[in-house]
Amino acid sequence: MNNNELQQVAERLGVSRRTFMKFCTGVAATLGLSAGAGVQMAHAIANPRRPAVIWLSAQECTGCTESLLRANHPSLEHLILDLVSLDYHETLSVPAGHAAEEAKQHSMKENWGKYVLVVDGSIPMKDGGIYCKVAGKPIVDHVREAAEGAAAIISIGSCAAWGGVPSAGPNPTEATPVDKVLTDKTVVNIPGCPPNPYNFLSTVLHLVTFGTLPELDHLNRPKFAYGRLIHENCERRPHFDAGRFALEFGDEGHKQGFCLYKLGCKGPETYANCPAVEFGDVGGGAWPVGVGHPCFGCTEQGVGFEKGIHQLADVITVTPPTTFPGIAEPVGQGVTPGAAALLGAVGGAVLGATAVAVKQLGKAEASEQSDNDSQS
Amino acid sequence: MNRRDFLKVAGSGALIATTSGAAEARGNLPVPDNAVGMLYDSTLCIGCRACVYKCKEVNDMPNVVRDGEVQWDQAEELSGDTLNIIKAYKQGTGETKNSAVDGFAFIKRNCMHCVDAGCVSVCPVSAMQKDPETGIVSHNPDACIGCRYCVAACPYNVPKYEYDEAFGQIQKCQLCNQKGVERINKGLNPGCVEVCPTGANIFGTREELLQEAKRRLALKPGEDYTYPLERVGSTYGHVKAAPDYTQHIFGEHEGGGTQVMVIAGMEHTKLGLPDLPERSYASVSETVQHTIYGGMLAPAGLLAGLLYFARRSCKETDKEGEDEV
Amino acid sequence: MSHHHEHAPIGGRLITLPFLFLSALALIAVVLLVERFMYGLGAVTNLNDGFPWGIWVVYDIVVGTGFACGGYVLALTVYIANKGKYHPLVRPALLASLFGYSLGGLGAIVDMGRYWNFYQMFNPAQQNFNSVMLEVGLCVAAYSIVLFIEFLPVIFEKFRADEWKKKLEKILFIFIAIGVLLPTMHQSSLGSLLIAMGGKVHPLWQSAYLMPVLAITTAMMLGFSIVIFEGSMATVGLRQPSETHLHRGLIKVIRALLVLFFIVRLGDLLYRGVLGAAFSGTLQGNMFLLEMVLFLIPLVVLSSANLVRQGRFLLIAAVSLLLAGALYRFNAFLIGFDPGAGYIYFPSVKELLVSIGIVAIEILGYLFFVKMFPVLPKAHAHA
Repeated sequence: MNNNELQQVAERLGVSRRTFMKFCTGVAATLGLSAGAGVQMAHAIANPRRPAVIWLSAQECTGCTESLLRANHPSLEHLILDLVSLDYHETLSVPAGHAAEEAKQHSMKENWGKYVLVVDGSIPMKDGGIYCKVAGKPIVDHVREAAEGAAAIISIGSCAAWGGVPSAGPNPTEATPVDKVLTDKTVVNIPGCPPNPYNFLSTVLHLVTFGTLPELDHLNRPKFAYGRLIHENCERRPHFDAGRFALEFGDEGHKQGFCLYKLGCKGPETYANCPAVEFGDVGGGAWPVGVGHPCFGCTEQGVGFEKGIHQLADVITVTPPTTFPGIAEPVGQGVTPGAAALLGAVGGAVLGATAVAVKQLGKAEASEQSDNDSQS
Repeated sequence: MNRRDFLKVAGSGALIATTSGAAEARGNLPVPDNAVGMLYDSTLCIGCRACVYKCKEVNDMPNVVRDGEVQWDQAEELSGDTLNIIKAYKQGTGETKNSAVDGFAFIKRNCMHCVDAGCVSVCPVSAMQKDPETGIVSHNPDACIGCRYCVAACPYNVPKYEYDEAFGQIQKCQLCNQKGVERINKGLNPGCVEVCPTGANIFGTREELLQEAKRRLALKPGEDYTYPLERVGSTYGHVKAAPDYTQHIFGEHEGGGTQVMVIAGMEHTKLGLPDLPERSYASVSETVQHTIYGGMLAPAGLLAGLLYFARRSCKETDKEGEDEV
Repeated sequence: MSHHHEHAPIGGRLITLPFLFLSALALIAVVLLVERFMYGLGAVTNLNDGFPWGIWVVYDIVVGTGFACGGYVLALTVYIANKGKYHPLVRPALLASLFGYSLGGLGAIVDMGRYWNFYQMFNPAQQNFNSVMLEVGLCVAAYSIVLFIEFLPVIFEKFRADEWKKKLEKILFIFIAIGVLLPTMHQSSLGSLLIAMGGKVHPLWQSAYLMPVLAITTAMMLGFSIVIFEGSMATVGLRQPSETHLHRGLIKVIRALLVLFFIVRLGDLLYRGVLGAAFSGTLQGNMFLLEMVLFLIPLVVLSSANLVRQGRFLLIAAVSLLLAGALYRFNAFLIGFDPGAGYIYFPSVKELLVSIGIVAIEILGYLFFVKMFPVLPKAHAHA
């Protein structure tokens, strides 16, 4: 592969070569990789053999797809359509009905063991999974079938990752996250409602470039995106530390941009890169907390869709007390050599003077004694 | 004067001392009628230190900076510049909140506003005062001589002298009700209470705080409870599953009781709060002092005896002296 | 036996090598005190938020005034118990007490964080009679004045103001009586100061109700010991006649005090069941044992008929007892004082130099007065 090919890819994408390289480097940075990885990534993307992607939608709202469509440097549909081979996607596929199903089967057969399976939406398991059917088959069967030949499986969105809205009590369809259905496989979770498109894109590109998944946390979320507490990077954090809080929507504190903790912000217990990456590529604090709504914890299992929206968050501080003073901090100056020496000198002087006095008193008494003796 | 006489004098002094003292012995002081205070619930505290910041703002105190350049407050202990501080207990991996093993917990340290305050009892010039109504322990630097007996006599090491100033003064939390601030008088809450986001620190009368504390200790772990912010019965509150409380309200009885009380998920000693007997040290000290000096009867009796014998020996000496001459 | 003794200045050169050395120490202290007043206590001392009282309080005041109890115990012996034969010991003891107390008072002012408010101690509107500190402060201030009045005859004698001296001596008994009452009060209260500190004072020293008894007992023992110590030092250093024969008379009462002290001290520890802490191997436990040994040495020496005949053993007993009494107070106020948390304290070099300087000033003053004023008894011909 040479620069010429890169140029061709750039043209295909409708961007300049320079913009394309910038994009790749940017993705590498998002992943926490070196700039060199960006070049590697660009070459991987330019490879004519694009990886096939099968995208299955279960109980979902298409928000995840909509979110992806709104990435625009360069526009994500270009990337999805031109960089990977999106062979099946209910919303974006050109064919419909049997033709679409056939395309899926064809692609799976052709790319068996090499394609990427993406699932959005939760899987209904109640009554044999009849509450979500595609092509006359419960979605759970589609997912299991597709998972067999997948090189990697990605759960996109909070529904696929934790169950999301459909799983909120009383959970009538027994909505289940994908990794609970495919218990014998590694499922990468890209939670969020909707998830940040770049978290998904970066994961896919990592896979395409290096052939491996990025480093995952204990909930199988890519660490580059879900490694930090929202609270730690929040632009309103100084207000939290200073005790300045909005108490009601529209009150003075809210207008001033104060911390939303008291309105139920889940930033302190939610891991995601929202404050850093933001949404919609418009900048200017375009993310929930930035525009004045408390974070509701969509990327965190057991927080979003489970806790009350205005319930106070538990503040998770990773091994917290490192920056707090301990119960008994050392205060005061201990013994110094100078002080010890001085004190020793004083003690020595007292004892020395006493010793001399004792000796002389003894002498004096002895002579007195002999005086008395000679007198008598 | 022979030895018998001498012993008589000493004996009469001792007798007066013990008899006069019996009436003066005192127990712990009663809780003031409208005693106000704070309840700190360690399990709710998230360590945000908003209270520390607000305290500095209200009391106009500088950040404590260590090693030069850092721009934020790095106070590690209460001091003349820090009247309120959040400290952390940490053990092992420090992962689980409220757990004594491999866990962590926060503790807020500030003046406990003792019911029978040692600092008030020992101050020679009444610079430490306990408000008879609210029980707030305040300090008057214009009377203070800086002997720092209050520092030594405080079981919590709360009053702090400014050693690094030529004209330093004693600083302590006065529950934001000192002259010029008077938040309590104005119907406001203390600064640290106002900003606490989780209601870990709430203000109220000692009575209602005690009741609130008892309600919380009675909760089953995991049971949902509406925790009020700022005050008991406040309209702001939040629902949270109750933690496994340690069944002890620090300050209910300690050293005669305090008006700032603490509940937590672990023993108070882990959080640096001392074990104290129910009887206040101040009451023991004052009992001893008033037993000896009650109404100055004993010293007066002793002085009478001393005058008698001193006069007699002086006269004898004079006479002998004259004889010699 | 005559109660009337002649006193005379011992004369001799004032500016000697030791005098210059002591003056240098005093000068250092003065310079450091200037620093203290310009930059605050923290500039000179290691005092901190956990240890509000360092050696300036504990040595200069608590121990220092204990060392200055010579005047008190001799007034008690000579004037109250009417043992006139000890009269020759009174004036030097009074002089030492006067210096001990006035410099203790000065130490208090220096250590006071807000010294300019000192007058509030005498302001009835501010006085808090629950405070042990108020009593100690007022008594020490009053006693310093009383000591000065008691010493005035020496000054009148020097300047031959016989009329004044006669007038004063007529009413001197009042001051003598007050001069016994005041130390009885505040020396016992120095112990009571610790009661309010409660659990911060190590159980080996927190005797609560018995604090005043132990404090006054150690004060008396310190007083008698310092009389013996000063007498011996005057004999050796200033070539004064030996006073051992007088000192020997004090043995009985010192021994009685020691026995009383041991009974109260150990009885209290046994009653409270904390004696085990003495053998815990901690600094506090070891210091307690050292303290006990230092108290035991004089008891052994003074109980041996053979040893007490020799002045040098008397001196050893006295020094041991001085160290014991001082250590008892150091232990109770500093070594056994634990404010908890991470607080530590050890005096700084500057802090030590100030205390040393104050001792130097005391010795300088003592030398000045015994050389220039009729303080010491006139030497007999054979000395």
